[in-house]
Order: sequence, then structure tokens, then C-alpha cells
Amino acid sequence: MSDKGMNLTLKIWRQKDAQSQGKMETYQIADISEHMSFLEMLDVLNEQLISEGQEPVAFDHDCREGICGMCSLYINGEAHGPDRGVTTCQLHMRMFNDGDTIYIEPFRAKAFPVVKDLVVDRSAFDRIQHSGGFVSVNTSGNTQDANALPIPKDDADKAFDAATCIGCGACVATCKNASAMLYVSAKVSQFALLPQGKVEAKDRVMNMVKQMDLEGFGNCTNTGACEVECPKGISLDNIARMNREYLKAAIDK
Amino acid sequence: MSVLDSKVPEGPIKDKWTNHKNKINLVNPANKRLIDVIVVGTGLAGGSAAASLAEMGYNVKAFAFQDSPRRAHSIAAQGGINAAKNYQNDGDSTYRLFYDTVKGGDYRGREANVYRLAEVSANIIDQCVAQGVPFAREYGGLLDNRSFGGVLVSRTFYAKGQTGQQLLLGAYSAMNRQIGKGKIKMHNRHEMLELVIVDGKARGIITRNLVNGKIERHSAHAVVLATGGYGNVFFLSTNAMGSNVTAAWRAHKKGAFFANPCYTQIHPTCIPRSGEYQSKLTLMSESLRNDGRIWVPKKMEDVEAIRNGSKKPVDLSEEERDYYLERRYPAFGNLVPRDVASRAAKERCDAGFGVNQTGEAVFLDFASAIQRYGKEAATVNGESNASKDRITELGEEVVRNKYGNLFQMYEKIVDDNPYKTPMKIYPAVHYTMGGLWVDYNLMTTIPGCYAAGEANFSDHGANRLGASALMQGLADGYFVLPYTIGDYLADEIRTGPISIDLPEFVEAEKSVTDRLETLMNIKGSKSVDHFHKELGKVMWNNVGMARNEAGLKEAIEKIRAIRDEFWKDVRIPGGMNELNPELEKAARVADFLELGELFAKDALHRNESCGGHFREESVELDGEQKGEAKRDDVNFKYVAAWEWAGDPGEAVLHKEELEFKDIELKQRSYK
Repeated sequence: MSDKGMNLTLKIWRQKDAQSQGKMETYQIADISEHMSFLEMLDVLNEQLISEGQEPVAFDHDCREGICGMCSLYINGEAHGPDRGVTTCQLHMRMFNDGDTIYIEPFRAKAFPVVKDLVVDRSAFDRIQHSGGFVSVNTSGNTQDANALPIPKDDADKAFDAATCIGCGACVATCKNASAMLYVSAKVSQFALLPQGKVEAKDRVMNMVKQMDLEGFGNCTNTGACEVECPKGISLDNIARMNREYLKAAIDK
Repeated sequence: MSVLDSKVPEGPIKDKWTNHKNKINLVNPANKRLIDVIVVGTGLAGGSAAASLAEMGYNVKAFAFQDSPRRAHSIAAQGGINAAKNYQNDGDSTYRLFYDTVKGGDYRGREANVYRLAEVSANIIDQCVAQGVPFAREYGGLLDNRSFGGVLVSRTFYAKGQTGQQLLLGAYSAMNRQIGKGKIKMHNRHEMLELVIVDGKARGIITRNLVNGKIERHSAHAVVLATGGYGNVFFLSTNAMGSNVTAAWRAHKKGAFFANPCYTQIHPTCIPRSGEYQSKLTLMSESLRNDGRIWVPKKMEDVEAIRNGSKKPVDLSEEERDYYLERRYPAFGNLVPRDVASRAAKERCDAGFGVNQTGEAVFLDFASAIQRYGKEAATVNGESNASKDRITELGEEVVRNKYGNLFQMYEKIVDDNPYKTPMKIYPAVHYTMGGLWVDYNLMTTIPGCYAAGEANFSDHGANRLGASALMQGLADGYFVLPYTIGDYLADEIRTGPISIDLPEFVEAEKSVTDRLETLMNIKGSKSVDHFHKELGKVMWNNVGMARNEAGLKEAIEKIRAIRDEFWKDVRIPGGMNELNPELEKAARVADFLELGELFAKDALHRNESCGGHFREESVELDGEQKGEAKRDDVNFKYVAAWEWAGDPGEAVLHKEELEFKDIELKQRSYK
């Protein structure tokens, strides 16, 4: 790569607010280093826009190390862009070439309305958690000793893998049905695999699935796109486990 | 007599907390329903406090500037959480954790608070396991531990390199249960911009709804600030982009003393910076120092060969490498505390041995650990004749299991495979030990205003040990604040609802609106980031890892100049009544520009080296400790708590003398 850096054409979704119509706008940007992260490239664009007296592009971001789940973006038709196993903030410009045109859109789903430009409202995810994403235990200095209940390492590891979901919404954005099954099943699985979660397992899965449907997420048709785009590699096995949990709970009711 | 009353209970240190809990006032369950508590921030401290207070029956109003409580920056903590469980039977105890924390903090923390922290640490692990937090386990099903810097035991519980995430999701799930019940009213995408004081008591906050710009008034009988640290005053840090000092600074300007602002933790193992466009720095967990060995080449020609690419780090033999931490600190080696490790890296790089283009990087090498683990695994598998390649393969698998996500993160950022070639690392701003001054009950100098977690100053002295931030956040939120706040609220049961139409609320709202309008109307020529970067450069160069009188005086002048320029020439596009990230940043940077000056002023007044605060004028001149930081207990054994007096330069110093009854003050030695 030359010292000059890349020249890029950016096609970015601009939308004033939730009520307004949005449209794609075109921007030119020059001298982008391959070592920049994608969001640092957008920082450069925004500095350029501010100096030209235009409004910068609004996008969600916070930790910029792939764990808070705040950043999103649909880049060239893929949630979190062309790389695998990363969020947009970890995507680096070395994935692109000089002269490329890059299309940048918000995560799109009925349940994720656009707030402004590339910012969407993912509060539906929180509401699903309110309906059952917890173990009903109060804070107490008298809970039993943490080692009183051994948990097989394999179960603990699987529960951990499910629990690493960052709630970014890439699974929904990439799914042709805008289904939230991977997201919901990750939480259901985490608790289904642990003894602490078993007590409330039936209510949990019924309530969370009900809320998921109320929020307007679509159904799962097992295309597996969510697993491919998930920056944390959350497995489709979780959806299978949730379906089993749901069936068990439904038969029992 | 100082105006500061730490309210540390009487009695032997091991009984203080129990006695205090037995004696403080309680609020009966029916009355808790009549009391509102505001909690600002939903990280480990705020999230756990909000959930616990709501479980107890208080009406909680919680606030986060992010779009969900789960995004708070506690989520990014990697390595682990300490607890004196002694599961490893290596001689750990409450006392030992207490001792390590006080010593690690270079004897600048408050003994009684630290002892309490150590005391409740074991409860935290029990609580989190009960919530379904999936900590790492051994094959027998019991919890696994690892070791962190500055200690000689394994007391760190972890969940791969995502411990903060798992603990925060635990607190978030506890919050969700209460949100679902209506006991917590959650306000996402709301930023606190002012504290409201009525009759001398904290009674509410003014927030901005970040989606539509609406300025709102919220009232309560007490306000808890759990808003994290202020490392972003350096612009580049491992903090999240949005992390800021505004809530704490607003409270400071309303009367809360700010303690030890200059105590900053520069974390030794971060990914080095790569260019001017850089927006943040990424931490590589301290847990990596369990297995990684830190080195630079011994010979300058090897440094140059590595920089120009004619040699690779793996080409250097053991004899050609300087494992400088193992050389200088044989007892603790690569696991010295963070401040010591950071300064040692700076020392080598300043001497010209930095291994990248900028000269600001050292190696963190896993080759020995991979071989050691590989041999172990081969033995366990019964592969007595395993080839070197096979051993490497097995060893890499073990390392992948322990640190896989960190290695992946490194590779994605740097485009280098850390299994095959050593990582390059350099220190970066990570955590701030200073914060709002609080008493034993975690109350600031404003009645009814509390500070928890990184936002307060109390437990880590001048340097925090690894895996202790998570411990402190959760200790404050789950096990300390919910009890101590009752002592204050017991007098509020007859107060009734606090009206948001009181003149104090009207006035506070107006001051916020005026401030934002002033910012919007400057219509200058430079972006907010321009000023933030300028401030960051001054902070890093003059108030960073090494500080001296001349540099600090220069910093104060420069920061004042940047602040003046900011208020004349900042440009904020867009409007006030809409989502406007530039306006959000501007309000935060305006406060950083004031804090920065107080920070430098504090560093200037503290003419000693202690923990993360290193004054070049104060080093050991001879003996075994030559070149190490020199603390001055005769003149500086106190907490510096600054009172706002109209301008950061005019802040008034109050001292809380520190007493060490249970630990002997000693030179901190890790040799």
C-alpha cells in the first residue's frame, strides 16, 4: 500500500429524524490509511463535513473495541461490513481498496426504527430482556457459597459462549425476516444451561418469545445468515435449544 | 479541624463494617415506597446499585447516555475480578487482599474503606454466580482463578477476557427484573447536565434527552453518581468514546469536593498508537502478563534491525533479549503493579529501545508459555514423543482457550498473528483513581449526593491493582451503598415527593439551556475534536507518566489558553432540539477543559511520587531502590480534596489526613 492512502466514494443514508424521509447521499474522501478503523474513517469524513459547514453523519458507537454493542451499520450489504467476527468499530480499512465505492446504511428492521442517519432504536431488545432475561435472585450477603454447586465445565463454557452476545442487532439486520431468534435464544440458552436458571426456565422462554413477537420481529426460517454475521459467533445451536425449551414449556402449560 | 469528616466508625478494623451496619438507621419497607433515588450511570456500580435499591423497595430512576444500560463501559473490562475466597489454598484472606490493595495503592487509600472492600469481595462472587454469571470453571466444576499484578496469590475470578461483560450483564439482568416490575424507571439516551440542590441537599438532576434535545427535570430524595472515570481528559485512552467527567464535574461545581484528580492509571499493556487519526486506544488485559514475558532487545542494532524489518523478533536468541521486568524486579517479574510496569516500559523506550516505528512499543511474548503449556498437554495426552510442532500446536490451543478473544482482537487491529510473533504493546491511560471525595458511607460533601465506583476516590489510593475495579464497582453497588444510603434516607420518610417546579429546578434548567445556547452560538471555525486533541496532547506530554514542576506549570497555562480558544472558536453544527453528537461532545469537552487544569494543579502541589503519580523531582537516589519512585509520607500522607471556588485555578485545598493503624507504612518494593 502506498503512503498516499485510499480515495473512496461513500454513499451514506441521511435521514433527519424518525419522521422524515431519508435518502442516500454521496461523499468523496481522500487519503484514508489502511490502518484506520471504519469508524475512524467516518470521523475523518465528519471533520471534513464540519469544516465545510455541513452536518456530520450521526452514527452510534462507544467502546470502539467490539464489546459494548453500540455500533452497527450495514456496509456494502453486510451487517458490520465485509470482515467476519468483528463489529464495525473493529473493521479496518485494509478490507477495502483505493477507488472503492462503499454503501453505508443503518440496520434495517421494523422493530429497529431509524432515529437519525445511521442511528437506530434498539430498545425492543431491552424490552425482551425485561420480560424474563434474568434469574430472580435478590442481592444478599447470604447466598450460598459460589463453589457449593459445581457446574460441569462443558455446560459453563456453553453458557458463557451464549452469554457473549453483545446485543448489537446484526442478526436481526441481516435476517431476511428480521428475526431476533439468535439474540433471544442466546439469553434463553445461557440460563437453560445453568442450574441457577432452571427454576424459571419455562416462564422465561414463554415470556421472552411472547415479547419478541409483540415487538414485531419476524419468524425464523433457518437460513443461518444470523450466525454468519454475528460478530461474536453465537451459534445456531442456541436457536435449536430455545425451540426445545419452548416446546417443553408449551406442552407443560 | 478539617471540614472533611470521613465518618469512619470506631473499633477494630475487622469489626468496623459489621458494627456500622448494625447501628445505622434503617427505612422500613412501607416507607421505602415513598422514597425516590436517582442513579446516574448503569455500569457495574450504578447498575448493581439501581437493582439492589429497587429490590429493597425504593423507587429508582436510572439514567444512561447510551441506548441501553448494557453498553456502559464496565462492559469492556477484560481480565477479572478479585475476591478473597482462598479457593486455591494459597494463603489468601480478607487481610491479605486488604494489605495488597493498600500497598498496591502506595498507601494513599483510606484503610477502613479498603478493609470493607476486601471483606465484601467474597459475597460478590456468590451473588454473581447466583445470578447466572458464567465464570470460568475447572473440569471438576469448581471456579477457576488466575493471578494479577502486584500480588502473590491467585484470587482473580474471570470469564475468558470478557469478565466485565459478564458481570455487567449480570447487573443488567438484575436491573431488567426491576424495570419489568416498574421499580426502576430507565431513561436511556439521557445525559445528566446539572445537579439540583434544594436547601443544601441534592434533590435532583437536569438531563438532556439526546434523541430530541429536550431538557428535563428529575427529582429524588437522593442522587447517586456512578458515572465512571475521567481518563478521556487525555483524549486518547482505553475509555469509551462517550466516557466523560460531566456528571461528577457538575456536582463538583455545586459543592462536592474533587479528590486526588492527578491519580491516573497508565496501563502498561495497550496496543500502541498508529496515527494522528486515532480515536482511542485498546487495552490488552493484564491477565496476559500471567503468561506473556515483556522484553526489548539488549543491543541497539537489533532494535534498528527490527524497526527496519531486516530482523524479526523471533530471530533474537534468549541472550539477545532484555526481559527488563524480570531483571529489575525478580520477586514479581512480569507481574509487578501497573504503575511500575508502565514506567519501566517508558524508561526502555526513552532510552531508545522501542521496537516500532514511533519508538513507543515493547514486546509481550507468549512463546515460552506456549511451549510450557504444550509440554504439559502432551504429557496429559500421553504423547511422550510429541514433536516440537505438535507441542506448539497443543500449547497454542491452551493459550487460545485462555485468551482467545484478546488474541483475536489484537490480530484484527494490528494485522499480526500474536501466536507466531510477540505482541507490541505500550502504556495508555486507562483508569482514574481520583474522583469525588466520599465519606465511609460513600456520600460526597453534598448531603444526599453519593458517588460509587470509579467516580469516587476512596479505595485504590494512588494506584489500582488489576481486577480491583470490578470488585469495587460491585462492592459499592451491591453491598455498601444500599445499606449506607438508608442512614440518610431514614430522615426523609416524611419529606414527601420533591416537586420539580421548585425555583431551584427552574434555575438549574435555565443554566443548562443557557450553557448549551452559548455553545451553539459561538459558531467558530474549529471542531470539538480539535480542542479535545489539543488538550489531550498537553495532558499526555506534561501530565502523563512523568511529571515535573516546570512541565505542570506550562500545562496549566496551555490548558487555560485552549479553554479560552474553545469558548471563542468552537463550531457545533446542527441544532439543539435534535440528536446532535457534536453538541454532546462539546458539553463534555468544556468540562474536561476545566478538570484538566485542576488535575495539573493537583499534580503540581503533590511534590512526591506515589503510585501512578510520578514526579521526576522525587526519586530514590541510591541504594537498592535507586531510580524508583520516592514517596513522602511526612508531607503528603493525605487525600487532597479540592473545593470549587469559581475557577479551577482558584480551587481550595482541603486535606484528609490518612491514618494507617493496621498496616505499617513501607517503601513499596517489588524487587
